[in-house]
Amino acid sequence: MILCADNISLSRGARLVLDQVSVRLAPGKITAICGPNGAGKSSLLMALAGLLEPSVGRTMLAENELSALHPQIRAQRIGYLPQEAEVAWDVAVENLVRLGRMPYRDRGDHAVEAAITALDLETLRHRPASRLSGGEKARALLARVLAGEPQWILADEPLAALDLAHQQTLLRHLRKAAQAGAGVVIVVHDLATAMNHADRVLVLREGRVVSDGSPDDALSPQNIANGWGVEAGWIGETGARALVV
Amino acid sequence: MNRAALVFAGLLVVLLPVSLLAGRLWLDPFTDPRAPLILMELRLPRAVLAVVVGAGLGAAGAAMQGYLRNPLADPGLFGIAPMAALGAVASLWFGFAASPYMLPLMALGGAALGMALLALIAGRTGGIALFTLAGLMIASLASASTALAITLAPSAFAMSEIVMWLNGALTDRSWRDVYLAAPLVAAGIGFLLLAAKPLDALTLGDAAARSLGVRTEMLLLLLVAGVGLTVGAGVAVAGIIGFVGLIVPHLVRPLTDRLPSSLILPSAFAGACLVLAADSAVRILPLVTELRLGIALSLIGAPFFLWLLLRMRRGRL
Repeated sequence: MILCADNISLSRGARLVLDQVSVRLAPGKITAICGPNGAGKSSLLMALAGLLEPSVGRTMLAENELSALHPQIRAQRIGYLPQEAEVAWDVAVENLVRLGRMPYRDRGDHAVEAAITALDLETLRHRPASRLSGGEKARALLARVLAGEPQWILADEPLAALDLAHQQTLLRHLRKAAQAGAGVVIVVHDLATAMNHADRVLVLREGRVVSDGSPDDALSPQNIANGWGVEAGWIGETGARALVV
Repeated sequence: MNRAALVFAGLLVVLLPVSLLAGRLWLDPFTDPRAPLILMELRLPRAVLAVVVGAGLGAAGAAMQGYLRNPLADPGLFGIAPMAALGAVASLWFGFAASPYMLPLMALGGAALGMALLALIAGRTGGIALFTLAGLMIASLASASTALAITLAPSAFAMSEIVMWLNGALTDRSWRDVYLAAPLVAAGIGFLLLAAKPLDALTLGDAAARSLGVRTEMLLLLLVAGVGLTVGAGVAVAGIIGFVGLIVPHLVRPLTDRLPSSLILPSAFAGACLVLAADSAVRILPLVTELRLGIALSLIGAPFFLWLLLRMRRGRL
């Protein structure tokens, strides 16, 4: 099920945050959206999730325009993880994860258990949110998305609060989800993560896509210089590259 | 029905008969020949009205705290109660209150106007900040108009009537008030229960809730309708009774999984218990005149609010 943005522009107040962006995303792959601060990464992700309606152009899931899909159906197909790890009430992890079943209006015990196991949350299932560390909370919130068994997983900086080990666990799990047929789109700031773990990278700058392709192409030293204005180069083998600035 | 709902429903079953017998003079239903008349015409309608008003305020408080994701939110803050009060004050000011239905009907008209204004200003975007600010401004405007009405009251009697009414009470209420308020409060609680699951999703923030399929503009309309009917009907028959919506969810929350949907029904039962107990207490207190219920609940509620603030400062809320 293809997810695409068709020549979309989006304004927030007087500011144009996306300017004629077109992307066509295929399932089964991990796509990383990169770019400097204020490039429009989160806005593009929200537009692809159907949460921001473009002022020009349209976002489509397969043959359906996202704005025309019933919110519940859209929620069953697209799981979205916002950047802010907000949990307003002191809810236990298991109940937090179960919120992911809301689009189906069922308990979904099997999917909830699978999500809890996948993110290594078995021992924390009864722990209230206020007693979780930043990383534990981030894992619980991602498990909430996985519990909805979406065809698309759209996550805004899901690695930001995680330590190295849990970053690897989460990336492994996202890869597993992509191998199982889901489309994964993540916003990441760490270019090495995008280089080593994504199948495709989109680089945004000032609301426009300035490079789009395999990590090697999209994050070439030339494109990094264009996108971020920084001279940098890659060292190491494919899949274990490090950025040298 | 969850554990908290059962606990407070059980408590209500115990409190109700005690409340029927409680008063400056305790009623002996077995020996007093006037007991059936006193029970059926005075105490039962008053107790049922306490249950109805308390249930509405409790459920509205739980829903508002869930919507604003703030344990210090109270349904009285959002303009509907002051607008209902303004409608009632207008009926007293113009002398329409002599007709038994005019005061509650004008109060309901005020609540409806408050709801319409709130929905009109905040309904399209469904934004919480706009909703809160709009509510506060409507509340300020209604309170200022009420103060103006008191200042310019046509007579000292009207002024005294207005001030007494604003303090909130269930004294001298009849079945007529029950018939007026009960269906509206029941409908309001129904709207709030429809909003319950979407409120759970809002625990994760606005964007996450929308990604889970919640239509936030629809949620806001459900809340405005639910809070408007419960609080508006409550004010129409009992005047301003504050703090119930603030206190009750805190009594209920520790007995639940803390999701807003688990709080609404138990908060209705707990609100009924609180208002019923407070109304029984003001009847028993050995004072020259009966303490107004609104004043009694404010005397309990304000220190409770300060205690909540202190807990919040220590990071325990």
